[in-house]
Amino acid sequence: MKVLMFGWEFPPHISGGLGTACYGLVKGLAHHKQDMIFVVPKLWGDEDPLAEFVNASDIEIDYREKRFKQIWKNLTYLEVSSYLVPYLSPEQYSSYTQGMKEGSENLDDSVFSTKFNFSGKYGKDLIQEVSRYALVAAQIAKDKNHDIIHAHDWLAFPAGIAAKTISGKPLVAHVHATEFDRSGQTVNQQVYAIERAGMEAADKIVAVSQLTKNTIVAKYGIPEEKVVVLHNAVLDTSAITYKATKMVPEKIVTFLGRITFQKGPEYFVEAAAKVLKRDENVRFVMAGSGDLLNPMIQRVAELRIGTKFHFTGFLKGNDVDHMFAISDVYVMPSVSEPFGISPLEAVRHNTPVIISKQSGVAEVLQNAVKVDFWDIDAMADAIFALLHYNGISKMFKELGREELKKLKWEHVALKLINIYKETVKK
Amino acid sequence: MRTICFYFQVHQPYRLKPYRFFEIGDDHNYWDDFSNKSIMRKVAEKCYIPMNNLLLELIHRNNGAFKVSFSISGTFLDQMQEYAPDVLESFQKLVATGHVELLNETYGHSLCALKSESEFKDMVHSHQQKIKELFNGYTPKVFRNTELIYSDTIGKMVYEMGYEGILTEGAKHILGWKSPNYVYVNSLEPKLKVLLKNFRLSDDIAFRFGEPKWSDYPLTTDKFVKWINQIPQEEEVLNLFMDYETFGEHQWAETGIFDFMKHLPEAVFAGSDFGFSAPSEVIAQASPVGMIHVPTPISWADEERDLTAWLGNDLQDEAFDRLYELEKRVKKSKNPDIHRDWNYLQTSDHFYYMCTKFFSDGDIHAYFSPYESPYEAFINYMNVLSDFMLRLKEEEQASVAN
Repeated sequence: MKVLMFGWEFPPHISGGLGTACYGLVKGLAHHKQDMIFVVPKLWGDEDPLAEFVNASDIEIDYREKRFKQIWKNLTYLEVSSYLVPYLSPEQYSSYTQGMKEGSENLDDSVFSTKFNFSGKYGKDLIQEVSRYALVAAQIAKDKNHDIIHAHDWLAFPAGIAAKTISGKPLVAHVHATEFDRSGQTVNQQVYAIERAGMEAADKIVAVSQLTKNTIVAKYGIPEEKVVVLHNAVLDTSAITYKATKMVPEKIVTFLGRITFQKGPEYFVEAAAKVLKRDENVRFVMAGSGDLLNPMIQRVAELRIGTKFHFTGFLKGNDVDHMFAISDVYVMPSVSEPFGISPLEAVRHNTPVIISKQSGVAEVLQNAVKVDFWDIDAMADAIFALLHYNGISKMFKELGREELKKLKWEHVALKLINIYKETVKK
Repeated sequence: MRTICFYFQVHQPYRLKPYRFFEIGDDHNYWDDFSNKSIMRKVAEKCYIPMNNLLLELIHRNNGAFKVSFSISGTFLDQMQEYAPDVLESFQKLVATGHVELLNETYGHSLCALKSESEFKDMVHSHQQKIKELFNGYTPKVFRNTELIYSDTIGKMVYEMGYEGILTEGAKHILGWKSPNYVYVNSLEPKLKVLLKNFRLSDDIAFRFGEPKWSDYPLTTDKFVKWINQIPQEEEVLNLFMDYETFGEHQWAETGIFDFMKHLPEAVFAGSDFGFSAPSEVIAQASPVGMIHVPTPISWADEERDLTAWLGNDLQDEAFDRLYELEKRVKKSKNPDIHRDWNYLQTSDHFYYMCTKFFSDGDIHAYFSPYESPYEAFINYMNVLSDFMLRLKEEEQASVAN
């Protein structure tokens, strides 16, 4: 059995959790000698050679293939129906829409005959790249033998659908995050439409948590039995002993992540103020950057906790390890987190964690305090308890590490292979 | 004789270096030596040295008929000693002529008058001592508070410390129909004279001089003399108060600002009945016309002439309150480093950098800020303050142990 897999990014060139998860999964599949073709929009040449990699930027599309034009037509329709990401000049726009009305013959053949150089980034022409990527996927599906198609998140869903259209092989859609997680209630309708089309076209949907599965069923109208839950794992479960000396006498409670709506930073700030009322011997640190950074600074000043609540800005490399190493408690108050890998990083550093019930990781990590993201009293209580009652934090440290050892990508990959087998059988 | 009273503010803050959370408890050196030194040197070359030379020349040429006054902040005096002894020497030469008056202010160019009388008195006293030490025993008689911040109660405190007069802004909302071109007295202590800045004519020089879009551009000495002749005959004193950095730094040499100043005295003498006086002379000679009531503090900043450039938003208030909570504890310390940092942390500029009035006067604020945003300024300041608090605590614990 051969898997044709469509991703968007792959380590070391990643900007989000998607690339890391793909890497873990591919590594796990390779461990079980699973045959794979992994396609990304742009390869950099320094990827770990775990699969047969295909660089979408290198693919030349055979424009004589009539079915491709049909795919492109659908995708073009998708693009031009958007006011959010306009990429066509008015002239092109009218020629494309004209072409669609009159049938495919007037379509500009140039889009088929040349290679397209993907940036592989999340830029303003994202939708354009997603569509081109799908066209390339169709070509690959025609050229390369495979038994099943696997597409990761909405960016690769159009590619998965296109490949399925050409080869007729079953499609597995892997959902790492939905538009509802990223944007709250103000979803981008275009992205939502792509997500939904991918889920509907798929033969099987893999969700990274029960939480995500619930969203898929409730918000995208997908029948429950079509969705299986497959939790993420950790690439390296070994303990991290980063030597860092804490220079302040107080205990440190840390939030580390993007300072955006999804991550619930405001609940951390409110809980911090409550803890500081009872215990002056704590410092809170908000590490990261994002559109809510300035409002958080503003709120900290309003609450008059500025000498006990610190901001570090975006951390990278050693600074991240340093931050975890000097933290006494790690808090992830996410409002909506399909999975959330960072608490597991904290566990590797022997730091006790508090996570929101609205995170997928809460389903796999037993030795952590779980609170509703909005329940700042419970969060404050938990912080206070972990700082003061050594029994709990000690237990969490020991058992958390044991738990972590079970979260291996090999286990996840084995389950995935079974999902493949069942899907192909149908 | 009618008179022009020049007062120049000379100040540079000790700017903080980028101070990260990871440095709290570890690094106790807060000051950006490199940028403080390079800014001091840059402004010395563009402004302090050439302008001091020009003033010295004007004083000599006019046999003492031309006079100016300075208020030099303690942080500036310290930085001169550290980075620009040549500038200090040229100020000393100017003062030695006997035609340059020095004013007293708070050592740290701070806002403590608004918060703590005891700290205010301490800071005024230490500034007095420093002036004495650097300028051959010189003792100022007139006071000017940071950013010309003034209120009835600040005036009262200043009077109680033995000063004859104080300088402040001729704010429209305080004066109403009254003219700034008279001497007034404090409403609580009528023996304290109050000199008010004529902001129109001061700002013509300080802000508008080099602005080609200004309808009166270019400003010549003839034009200026014409304007002062339009001041009603009974109005006796014209207070021209401005930052010293106006000359060569805010208004570059290319604007002709030095030439303007070079020829102003002779133009005034030839074309008007005005002379030049130092603040203490104005106070001694002119008879006050009435009281000035200032129940809420005013300053010389922005359109509002209030305190909102430094205080009022949450970032500023949090930083300010946390800082002054420490006063009693700092006073108990005998560590000179603690006292120096306490002093420099009070400088008004730190709070000015946290100003969020982006859309009105924000552009001027941004020009003078080493930070990209007021939020960054706040984070950096609070990190430093946190370390400062830890040092205080450690010291207290050590002294208890002893």
